[in-house]
Amino acid sequence: MTVAVNPSQTGEPVFYVADEHPHPEGYSTSLGFWIYLMSDCLIFAMLFAAFGVLGANYAAGPAPKDLFDLNLVAVNTSMLLLSSITYGFAMLTMQQNKIAQTQMWLAITGLFGVAFISIELTEFAHMIHEGATPQRSAFLSSFFTLVGTHGLHVSCGLIWLVTLMVQVWRFGLIEANRRRLMCLSMFWHFLDVVWIGVFTFVYLLGVLR
Amino acid sequence: MSRFKILALLPLAVALSGCNYVVLAPAGDIAAQQRDLVIISTVLMLLIVVPVMALTVLFAWRYRQSNTSARYEPEWDHSTSLELVIWSAPLLIIVCLGALTWMGTHLLDPYRNIGRIHAERAVDQSKAPLDVDVVALDWKWLFIYPDYGIATVNELAAPVDRPINFHITASSVMNSFYIPALAGQIYAMPGMETSLHAVINHAGTYKGFSANYSGAGFSGMHFTFHGLDDKGFDAWIAQAKSAGGSLGRAEYLQLEKPSENEPVRRWGTVDSDLYRLILNMCVETGKMCQSEMMAIDAKGGLGHEGLNNTLPLAYDKYARRGTVLGPQPTFVAGTCTPDAPQGQTTAAIKAPLDTAPLTGAGLKRPTFTPLKSSSFFLGQRPKSNS
Amino acid sequence: MSPDLLKLIFGRLGLDSLPLHEPILVATFVMVALCGGALFAGVTYFRLWGYLWREWFTTVDHKRIGIMYMILGIVMLLRGFADALMMRAQQALAFNGSEGFLPAHHYDQVFTAHGVIMIFFVAMPLVTGLMNYVVPLQIGARDVSFPFLNNFSFWMTVGGAVLVMASLFIGEFARTGWLAYPPLSNIGYSPDVGVDYYIWALQVAGVGTTLSGINLICTIVKLRCPGMTMMKMPVFTWTALCTNILIVASFPVLTVVLALLSLDRYVGTNFFTNDFGGSPMMYVNLIWIWGHPEVYILVLPAFGIFSEVTSTFSGKRLFGYTSMVYATVVITILSYLVWLHHFFTMGSGASVNSFFGITTMIISIPTGAKMFNWLFTMYRGRIRFELPMLWTIAFMLTFVLGGMTGVLLAVPPADFVLHNSLFLIAHFHNVIIGGVVFGAFAGINYWFPKAFGFKLDPFWGKLSFWFWVTGFYMAFMPLYVLGLMGVTRRLRVFDDPSLQIWFVIAAIGAGLVFLGILCMLMQFAVSFLKREQLKDVTGDPWDARTLEWATSSPPPDYNFAFTPVVHDNDAWWDMKKRGYQRPLTGFKPIHMPSSTGTGIILAGLATAMGFGLIWYIWWLAAASFIAMLAVGIGHTFNYHRDFDIPADDVIRAEDSRTKLLAGAK
Repeated sequence: MTVAVNPSQTGEPVFYVADEHPHPEGYSTSLGFWIYLMSDCLIFAMLFAAFGVLGANYAAGPAPKDLFDLNLVAVNTSMLLLSSITYGFAMLTMQQNKIAQTQMWLAITGLFGVAFISIELTEFAHMIHEGATPQRSAFLSSFFTLVGTHGLHVSCGLIWLVTLMVQVWRFGLIEANRRRLMCLSMFWHFLDVVWIGVFTFVYLLGVLR
Repeated sequence: MSRFKILALLPLAVALSGCNYVVLAPAGDIAAQQRDLVIISTVLMLLIVVPVMALTVLFAWRYRQSNTSARYEPEWDHSTSLELVIWSAPLLIIVCLGALTWMGTHLLDPYRNIGRIHAERAVDQSKAPLDVDVVALDWKWLFIYPDYGIATVNELAAPVDRPINFHITASSVMNSFYIPALAGQIYAMPGMETSLHAVINHAGTYKGFSANYSGAGFSGMHFTFHGLDDKGFDAWIAQAKSAGGSLGRAEYLQLEKPSENEPVRRWGTVDSDLYRLILNMCVETGKMCQSEMMAIDAKGGLGHEGLNNTLPLAYDKYARRGTVLGPQPTFVAGTCTPDAPQGQTTAAIKAPLDTAPLTGAGLKRPTFTPLKSSSFFLGQRPKSNS
Repeated sequence: MSPDLLKLIFGRLGLDSLPLHEPILVATFVMVALCGGALFAGVTYFRLWGYLWREWFTTVDHKRIGIMYMILGIVMLLRGFADALMMRAQQALAFNGSEGFLPAHHYDQVFTAHGVIMIFFVAMPLVTGLMNYVVPLQIGARDVSFPFLNNFSFWMTVGGAVLVMASLFIGEFARTGWLAYPPLSNIGYSPDVGVDYYIWALQVAGVGTTLSGINLICTIVKLRCPGMTMMKMPVFTWTALCTNILIVASFPVLTVVLALLSLDRYVGTNFFTNDFGGSPMMYVNLIWIWGHPEVYILVLPAFGIFSEVTSTFSGKRLFGYTSMVYATVVITILSYLVWLHHFFTMGSGASVNSFFGITTMIISIPTGAKMFNWLFTMYRGRIRFELPMLWTIAFMLTFVLGGMTGVLLAVPPADFVLHNSLFLIAHFHNVIIGGVVFGAFAGINYWFPKAFGFKLDPFWGKLSFWFWVTGFYMAFMPLYVLGLMGVTRRLRVFDDPSLQIWFVIAAIGAGLVFLGILCMLMQFAVSFLKREQLKDVTGDPWDARTLEWATSSPPPDYNFAFTPVVHDNDAWWDMKKRGYQRPLTGFKPIHMPSSTGTGIILAGLATAMGFGLIWYIWWLAAASFIAMLAVGIGHTFNYHRDFDIPADDVIRAEDSRTKLLAGAK
């Protein structure tokens, strides 16, 4: 916004912009997306709070140390972290306008994401099979909801990722697609950060407790 | 203070005589002190509210468009001194009110045992207060007098000038235990215990009710509270005793089923363990008590074995508790006999020795209860503590 | 058909779900069906469906969306107020052994629906509508940042309203009070569809509200015209910014808490149950962490409206602009630190209670400062008592009373005797009607000529004003009195005959407010008929101060032919004072977003999904969800979402305005 605001050469005040350029498309998108991410962050904050309040109410049932397999969770965490790195590579190649490589990195990111979701579902299935269902105790309710909400976000991210790959394939790395890739990138890294919180507060501290 | 009281009450008394302003003219010392706070705060705020309202009318009239003789300064929009006044005037009021709030909240904390019977008389520490266990049921009130071994529904009595300690819980949903003439209200919640300390100063019959909506029968969920002299109270107890009947676990399970507009009922004897079982939500046989569950949880749960200790829910107050997508409703089975009381009790909060605090003279700092991080948001007391 | 198949198709919806045994509801349904049928027939007869679809339903123009929000708010006001009248009548009648005319099953729905509708579907749409309409104009923008999202947000709000209205005739609404505290709202004690209607109506509408909050923040931060620094923004825009920050930072909390409640109700988790370690108190905390900021979400824009109105009709700059802005920001922040004052009586310790009591009182300091700012804006002004100013004066007198009782309730020991009493009811109606509703009416009367090109009729407006104000005092002062007599809220029958007189007075007051509403509708009708007489050709009927008055009434689609440049808080006042000449040549094509039907389709599918979930019609829920996903993704394949208004069209529009202005002189 560096349009002349001061009085013009003649000393008359300027009250309107005579030669105006419209705001480029997507002018507010990154700010808007940031604000959306913060509101999403609040959703996770509330779920963390619920877990904080209810996390020790086992209802005479199993506690984290009885249920969590840290090795599996470590593998899972590495899947998500690696997917963030590969997404980073996708963004780098996007900057260099290399469509094929961008697509490849996106696909790898997606595979890591799928791996993450699969491991998480395996873990859930195992727990439910044992009888540690979300209904068994308030601790398990809040655990499944917090981790499940994160998983749901990753799944949405995967759908979005596939959509974007199709769009890049059809329309190339046009401005709009670059912006969308940027947004998904922020979303993906955001989920990564949230997962670090989940890993630390739910799994590590849970087992220590 | 008394001058304030009279000033504020005078117009009210004139305009509204003939009605029962129980909040402004209560019969119990706690409620009276709360009333005083209502009035003092109102007067404090009127100090600023009245001038604002007067100025609004005055300015609106004086600077009306047709009054061309009034000054008109369309560009005047700032005055540092005026800004200082408009921020500091409310600030000063709030500082006073804040101090009053801090003291009043601590001194009138319903968990604190009372230090005085009324303004002129301190509590005689040698005499035991009256204990009453209160249970909010759907939609009636159960009162258990543990010292006398009697129980009543929808009728409460207490001797005049004897401190009363209420222990309050509920069977199913949230209610609020409120006798306006006696003291302020406090929520009654299932599986949790709240308390209220109060005293009634004048004999009479007062109304009590639930002040928190709790379902279809809410409107009929009221009871009478009798303030009686010592002789009258003894007679009342004797009457309840002579009513006969016994309130045990089986009778309670019948009683707690939803019913509306219940008449007064009395039981001459009552299972001494009943209140503890109600509070811990384990009146049904075989169900694990909350206190036991909390003790187990504090030690880290029951591990994988704990996955198998649920039983299908056979008894329920309502027709259905299972959810459409979830499994059949269950409950946690007790693992041992539920009579060993476990868990910790919270320390009692003592009344200060100086019982004339609101005047400010010789006021001791209110005692602080330490905050635990986990208890900060949920309030620390309403936990099962039997 | 077999019951299993029926259950598969209709879930738990059956013929017995229709409240055919409730004469009041049947009569209402017949009324609604007749009116709706007449409306439908009329629109069809005049062949308006195409016009409505093209120009309104699919529009992304912030002005039209704003107007639709206002219409939604006013329509829902009629529904919410009908509930209020029924409650007042029931409480006035149910004495001396009479049960009144509403059984508990119905009465409990009525007060729940009244609260939910008035907050979510009356106050919120009115406030959002005004912000939507005015903010882009005030900051000299062509539209909001995300015009499609704006359309979508609006239709999501409508979707929520549709679900609430559907509950009237299909099934029932919640019988839990407007915040649906568990355990009462949990499946064990509310197994019917009422709470599910509540949950999904609020979830659907809540998505819309959150997105519209994000949208307006971006608009205000990114699209201000050159020269408009933050401290040159009009106060209404400031309050809109703070309100939308509050929306974005509080509605996700509501989303979560309702999601957890629905998990409890649908899959049997144990967040808020009594057994298995759940905590109903957590629900109460969480919902008020949303609920208290919500109060300020509603009232801050009203404060903004009063600031604009006071300064315009006093013909004077706003006194203490800076302190006004800081007061707004301080209120925004503090509104997150007070939620516990809604349940002092739930048993928190004295220190916690006094902390939250004192933070609550602290909010009254910036609020008080605002009050003085308006007062000193009037001081040495030339006050014109047009309708917006009348509402403002009524607000100032009423709101201080409500504020005072509010601070009183923030003193925990006082709250112990007044909590949940009719005193509390009187208090929050005093601030919400005296603040938000009066503010919305001031705003409607103030900006109506901008939106439609003619002023509102002052005679019917004043009649409505006086009915509303006297009706309000008659309806709620008795409730203060009753609160001091220890009468609690949500009671259906009474046994103390001495109370009846007060309820009768309150019912008469509600009747007067009803007349006020009728007069307001009459005011709209009369103004429409007299639109030639009341016409505003200048675009600035009130001799006002901010940018929205610089353009024509109603503004062209593109708002401003040239983006304005601002030098002062009162930008338009400054332009007028310094002899601004409207540009007559040099027009260029203007880049604008194009309309799209995606928003209404998505919102319709979301509503259908909500309906399916409420009635356990799983195929409907799943199908709508998948369709929603498909439509949403399909929408992203459309890369051409805008167009240019040709320069010729701009010239034509601006020339006609030039002629009008010349005619006005």
